[in-house]
Amino acid sequence: MTLDGAPIEALPGDTVAAAVLAHSGKAFRTTAHETPRAAYCMMGVCFECLLEIDGKANVQGCMTVAEDGMVVRRQNGLRRLNGDTDE
Amino acid sequence: MAAASSAARGGLRVLLLDEQPRAGGQIYRDFALNAGRKAYLGKEYLAGRALVDGLDVANVRQEFGASVWRLEPGSRVVWSQDGVSRVSTAPHVLLAGGAQERPTPFPGWTLPGVMSAGAAQVLMKNAGLLPRDAVLAGSGPLLYLIAAQMIDAGAPPKALVETQSMRSLIGASRHLPRALLAAPTLIKGLGMIRKIKRAGVPRFTGASGFVATQTATGDLSLSFNSAARTRTLVTPLVLMHQGVVPSTHMSRASGVKHVWNDVQKAYQPVTDQWGGTDVPGLHIAGDGAGIGGADAAKAAGELAALNILHRLDRLSEDKRNQRAAGPLADLRQAMAIRPFLDAAYAPIPELSDPVGDTIVCRCEEISAEAIRTAHRSGAQGPRQVKTATRAGMGPCQGRMCDLTVRGILISCGAEATVPRARTPIKPVKLGELAALAPSQEA
Ligand SMILES: Cc1cc2nc3c(=O)[nH]c(=O)nc-3n(C[C@H](O)[C@H](O)[C@H](O)COP(=O)(O)OP(=O)(O)OC[C@H]3O[C@@H](n4cnc5c(N)ncnc54)[C@H](O)[C@@H]3O)c2cc1C
Ligand code: FES
Repeated sequence: MTLDGAPIEALPGDTVAAAVLAHSGKAFRTTAHETPRAAYCMMGVCFECLLEIDGKANVQGCMTVAEDGMVVRRQNGLRRLNGDTDE
Repeated sequence: MAAASSAARGGLRVLLLDEQPRAGGQIYRDFALNAGRKAYLGKEYLAGRALVDGLDVANVRQEFGASVWRLEPGSRVVWSQDGVSRVSTAPHVLLAGGAQERPTPFPGWTLPGVMSAGAAQVLMKNAGLLPRDAVLAGSGPLLYLIAAQMIDAGAPPKALVETQSMRSLIGASRHLPRALLAAPTLIKGLGMIRKIKRAGVPRFTGASGFVATQTATGDLSLSFNSAARTRTLVTPLVLMHQGVVPSTHMSRASGVKHVWNDVQKAYQPVTDQWGGTDVPGLHIAGDGAGIGGADAAKAAGELAALNILHRLDRLSEDKRNQRAAGPLADLRQAMAIRPFLDAAYAPIPELSDPVGDTIVCRCEEISAEAIRTAHRSGAQGPRQVKTATRAGMGPCQGRMCDLTVRGILISCGAEATVPRARTPIKPVKLGELAALAPSQEA
């Protein structure tokens, strides 16, 4: 899969959040106030793992099974209404 | 899982909806992925086989990656899978949504590198990712279990920082005679603690005053007070845990009456001995009805299934009661240890009632002080706090702050009512809502 354009790997069955964590312990996103956040609960409760996955914004990475060729992007700052990343 | 297979054996058609990708729930998560591998998950993990296999019968239709986000009276269940929502109807619905970890707000808990201890366990079960040099902090039986699993996996924690003190353990000891009914659980617990000692993991107890900050190298520096000294540990990963609480968003949104359980320090639905609620056709079983652990959840699921079979005239009252004897005894035995565990590993006040600029609502970035200010300005209950501050309005819908808002309100002398939960209890895209036509009933 790719994360912000760079290739990353996952094993079959891994969630996207697990793959992103295995790649680096860095932030998954920044909040509206620009503070960094990363996956916290890994069980669908906290919504800290929100990522853009295959063009869809605000997807829970910990509840999404990784698939070959997925395009994953970190989300920075406020979401725009059309779902685009804020760049 | 136990309820679905019991109901199917009794002749009912069952639709099982689970938002996880595979069967197993919290404890037996990803059983099919791990069966026969990952011995470090322990012997108990293997008990998942019977439960998971029990679902593999013709009468049970299993849907995974299926999030239930609404429940309507008359038992219409609305669920989302792969971006499509569907409605299913049934004369009876059993909610078995389990537990979540209690939120643990302390300065720095929003930093990347601070996670819940359960998250590390999920990563071990789902991805075989092992936490390295992690500091495990907090309290509760799950903390010891996760430490033991990490040790067996060859990735022992760097330290175990426990919030319970000798005093809470001594206070809890009056529950020990009853807990002895659950001797195997106690012995298992002592075994885990021995394993942690043997592995040479440093232990700090009676810890408080947690603060995490990021170091220049990107690690975390965790400081806390223990034994009248301030300690600082540098680690890439802080795993915090203060026990688990029922997941009640679905049951609250369905209109079931809830109460505050002051022993377990959590909200829970009011249920009868079968898991029946004040909403017709709706039963609740397992940790979602009050924390009891895996064995209690299995027994409660069986009891609910028996009652549903009875209500549907598949089982006479006598037969139901006869068959209930086994699961009732299991339930009683499993619950015997709870009063001891609840007292010994109660959450510490600073984590349920934080102060200053500690973030309470992670989604909307609302501090403890902001909530106190809202109270001073007249907010008396969770709803007014929400309106005044937006705490609880983010995507997690209060899962990470409801209990803390309650803790703060109580400490301010306010009366804290049960917070409301509304559908959709999980965020659903507008397009998905719009596409939800009655023709899709399945
Ligand atoms: C993170 C964590 C780890 C734990 N690990 C252990 C452990 O290793 N050993 C142990 O003894 N106890 C553990 N516990 C305690 C344990 O969860 C319970 O005692 C036990 O799993 C309760 O069983 P249950 O059937 O009530 O709930 P669970 O096993 O949690 O099952 C609930 C199921 O409901 C599903 N669900 C919830 N909401 C929805 C929804 N809206 N739509 C669709 N599906 C939904 C979940 O995906 C889950 O599969 C853990 C608890 C947590 C929170
Ligand atoms: S990490 Fe908490 S919801 Fe995904």
